[in-house]
Amino acid sequence: MSETTIDIDRSVGDFSYPEQHQFDAGYGLTRRTVEYISGVKGEPEWIRDFRLRALDVFEKKPMPTSWASHDLDAIQFEKIRYYLAHGQKATRSWEEVPEDVKRTFERLGIPEQERKFLAGVEAQFDSEAVYSNIKKAVGDQGVIFVGSTEGLIKHPEIFKKWFGKVIPTGDNKFSALNSAVFSGGSFIYVPPGVKVKHPLQAYFRINAENFGQFERTLIIADEGSEVMYMEGCTAPKFETATLHSAVVELVAMKGAKIQYVTVQNWSANVFNLVTKRAIAHEEAEVKWIDCNIGSRLTMKYPGVVLKGRKARGEVISIALAGDGQHQDTGAKMIHAADETTSNIVSKSISLGKGRSTYRGLVHVPKHLKGCKNNTECDALLINPTSRTDTYPAISVRGSGNAVQHEASVSQISAEQIFYMQQRGLTEGQAMSLSVNGFVNDLVRQFPMEYSVELKRLIDMEMEGSVG
Amino acid sequence: MTTATLESDPAGKAVGNQQPLLLEAGAVTTSSTPAFREEQAAAWGRFKEVPMPVRTDERWRFANLKAIQLDAYRAPAPVDAELARTLLDRSREMEAVAGRLVFANDQLLAHEPVSEALRAKGVLWLPLERAVAEHPELMARHFMREGAVLGSQKFAELHRARVRAGSVLYVPRGVEVELPFEAHHWLCGEAGSAFPHTLIIAEERSRVTLVDVLRSAGEDAGMVCGVNDLWLGAGAQVTYVSVQDWSRRVAGWQVNATVVGRDARATALALQLGGAHVRSENVSRLRGQGGRSDMLAICVADGSQEFDQRTLQVHEVEHTSSDLLFKNALDDKARTIFAGLIRVDSGAHKTDAYQKVRNLLLSDEAEANSAPGLEIEADDVRCTHGATTGQIEAEELFYLLSRGIPLRQAQRLIVNGFLHEVIERLGAPCIGEKLADRVQAKFEAERR
Repeated sequence: MSETTIDIDRSVGDFSYPEQHQFDAGYGLTRRTVEYISGVKGEPEWIRDFRLRALDVFEKKPMPTSWASHDLDAIQFEKIRYYLAHGQKATRSWEEVPEDVKRTFERLGIPEQERKFLAGVEAQFDSEAVYSNIKKAVGDQGVIFVGSTEGLIKHPEIFKKWFGKVIPTGDNKFSALNSAVFSGGSFIYVPPGVKVKHPLQAYFRINAENFGQFERTLIIADEGSEVMYMEGCTAPKFETATLHSAVVELVAMKGAKIQYVTVQNWSANVFNLVTKRAIAHEEAEVKWIDCNIGSRLTMKYPGVVLKGRKARGEVISIALAGDGQHQDTGAKMIHAADETTSNIVSKSISLGKGRSTYRGLVHVPKHLKGCKNNTECDALLINPTSRTDTYPAISVRGSGNAVQHEASVSQISAEQIFYMQQRGLTEGQAMSLSVNGFVNDLVRQFPMEYSVELKRLIDMEMEGSVG
Repeated sequence: MTTATLESDPAGKAVGNQQPLLLEAGAVTTSSTPAFREEQAAAWGRFKEVPMPVRTDERWRFANLKAIQLDAYRAPAPVDAELARTLLDRSREMEAVAGRLVFANDQLLAHEPVSEALRAKGVLWLPLERAVAEHPELMARHFMREGAVLGSQKFAELHRARVRAGSVLYVPRGVEVELPFEAHHWLCGEAGSAFPHTLIIAEERSRVTLVDVLRSAGEDAGMVCGVNDLWLGAGAQVTYVSVQDWSRRVAGWQVNATVVGRDARATALALQLGGAHVRSENVSRLRGQGGRSDMLAICVADGSQEFDQRTLQVHEVEHTSSDLLFKNALDDKARTIFAGLIRVDSGAHKTDAYQKVRNLLLSDEAEANSAPGLEIEADDVRCTHGATTGQIEAEELFYLLSRGIPLRQAQRLIVNGFLHEVIERLGAPCIGEKLADRVQAKFEAERR
């Protein structure tokens, strides 16, 4: 097949406005940085201590380069700004949002979407949420949807119980980093039996150069409740590397359902190192729908700890690694109770010199019965220089369980392209159709609103070379 | 057929505990050339320098590092004449062979050479020490040239420093040997050790089969650290089978490498039955276009046995294929690890690679770990892998039970059926039959 180039439409997020931050923790990370952040936010002492302990853990932990990409060594922690904000309080009214920030989000279409189909929106600009609103009807049902700082200050009785419990500080170097300097992100609580009809959405935006965004999200769906959360991310293209390192913890109580949808479209200078994990109690269902299109290096393996009988976990993952990008994604399923089931479907596309990696973990410890896991990984390679890797790890104990893993690597079939070209399509159009066909069954699993966005993002511009 | 000659030292005694400890003994002094002895001394130095494997090394993920306890073992002890005779009597696997070698504790007991006709064609079938002395240039080109890339560098150096026993099989251009070759490596005496080596060099368009049988003479504890290298020239066909049936107190490390030339075809099957803790590393390098490597393994694990199998299929050039099928049947508290990687080098287009591991869990405490991996740097390829872990289907069992077959026997039948696919893939019915018998024997011994 002839050399083909595919470009993703990243232009939507590629603009920035001059910074006018009132709060700035400066460059580098020390005890003082952490104390500054905690002080500015007016946090209680327990959280300040939590941060300082996390800083120790972060400093002691080695980089995971024994198994992960050495590109991580390019991160210069001393050259990053850890906290930038206009203020600590998010406004409930769009009118009160500072003009430049408002312009940013309006360009990204946030308020427009809120009016259309969202139950609540939070917009984070660098370190803090600038806007957070929830529809009155949803708020009246007792649903809490606020930023993490507001959550820990105003709802400590719920927050404290689960915060840092799903993902302990020392889980990995970057979860420790996040625990030390976290700011922003969402805190959501859905009371028992409440089914939030429309999705809640968060939008994360990095505007400043040399900046690290460390949002922290905690979602608790109480017994029998249901909620869908969607997040989108963009950043402008800067010359220097930017770091995004979030921690997302989900707790699905008995019979609850959580769907967490991510469309990640960071610009190609962002290190996106995110830890995401859920606990699913009895008969609960957690589904991570994860789409990674942007960033320089993404390392993200959403997981579900299946803690209660008949709990179910699912990860649907689409990764697109363009030239110079490395999408190192995957899933973790920890079975910890009988009759728990999990499903992982991952599809990746590598083009140009892009590299996509699937890393998976399926763990079924002893004395469990009736656990099932199904994993499918398919990789599509577009160019001769594209690269893909698959590294699953599966541990199963005991005869009562069934686990299967399948992976395949292929390229777009020349016959398909020929067939379409014969019918008058250009090679680029044919390739685009083929790629869309490859991910189509997964794209359909995204909520309607997002599959539209996805289609736009995977609006590929392909040009066949002379042929 | 030439009869076997007894070559054991009649004065030797099988008294293991008079031997120096393995780690204090230094490099072995063989009857080999000074140059080879020098190499062994250098390897001993490297063995001491290379650090022990650590858990943070991905190549040792899931591994039981506690099983690596080398300080208790002693250097290989000589075997007395009576034991040697008993072992010789037991050292017949195939009815008819092209050549046979028998070693016990690395000591050569018998060398049944090739027929005059094969000798005239240039076939070499020699104990390692003789090959080193008589064919230094051949050995320099092929002896341990591939390195241990899957984590056992330390064991490879230990082997190199201590190796004495082994078979060297050289088949010249165009020579096809119908009958299989056979080598036996016995381990005997408490806390003993052995360092078996196998080297097959199959030149262009040659064809040959070799069966290695690795066993314990009794129930003694011991350690075995083996290496084998298969070299396939253009169009060569090599079938290599190893049967491992050590006592349940033996720890084993095995480093295997196969290099496949243009249009050559390598088929290797490992049957793992014995041992307490056995780690085996297998690398297949597809180095010539049209080359193909079939990697097969059967593991029957029960009690507290641990089998740790690591594999690597490297497609170095275009138009090569590899196909791996590993099956593990696990009972009691047995534990298996399979970590395999298909690597397609940049530019190795038209690669067709397959890898499949299937675990059958027969008890509630057996544990199967699988880590099948892919690293692909070429786009025009077909690579697939699959890993499944499951149990005996209730329907299958019910069907047999309803026909009056007792439970244990029904289970065994199903396990046999499960493993049979691998034996069939070998495409050598005579050897396959022997393998099936050995699997059966293990089932029966277990029910005693």
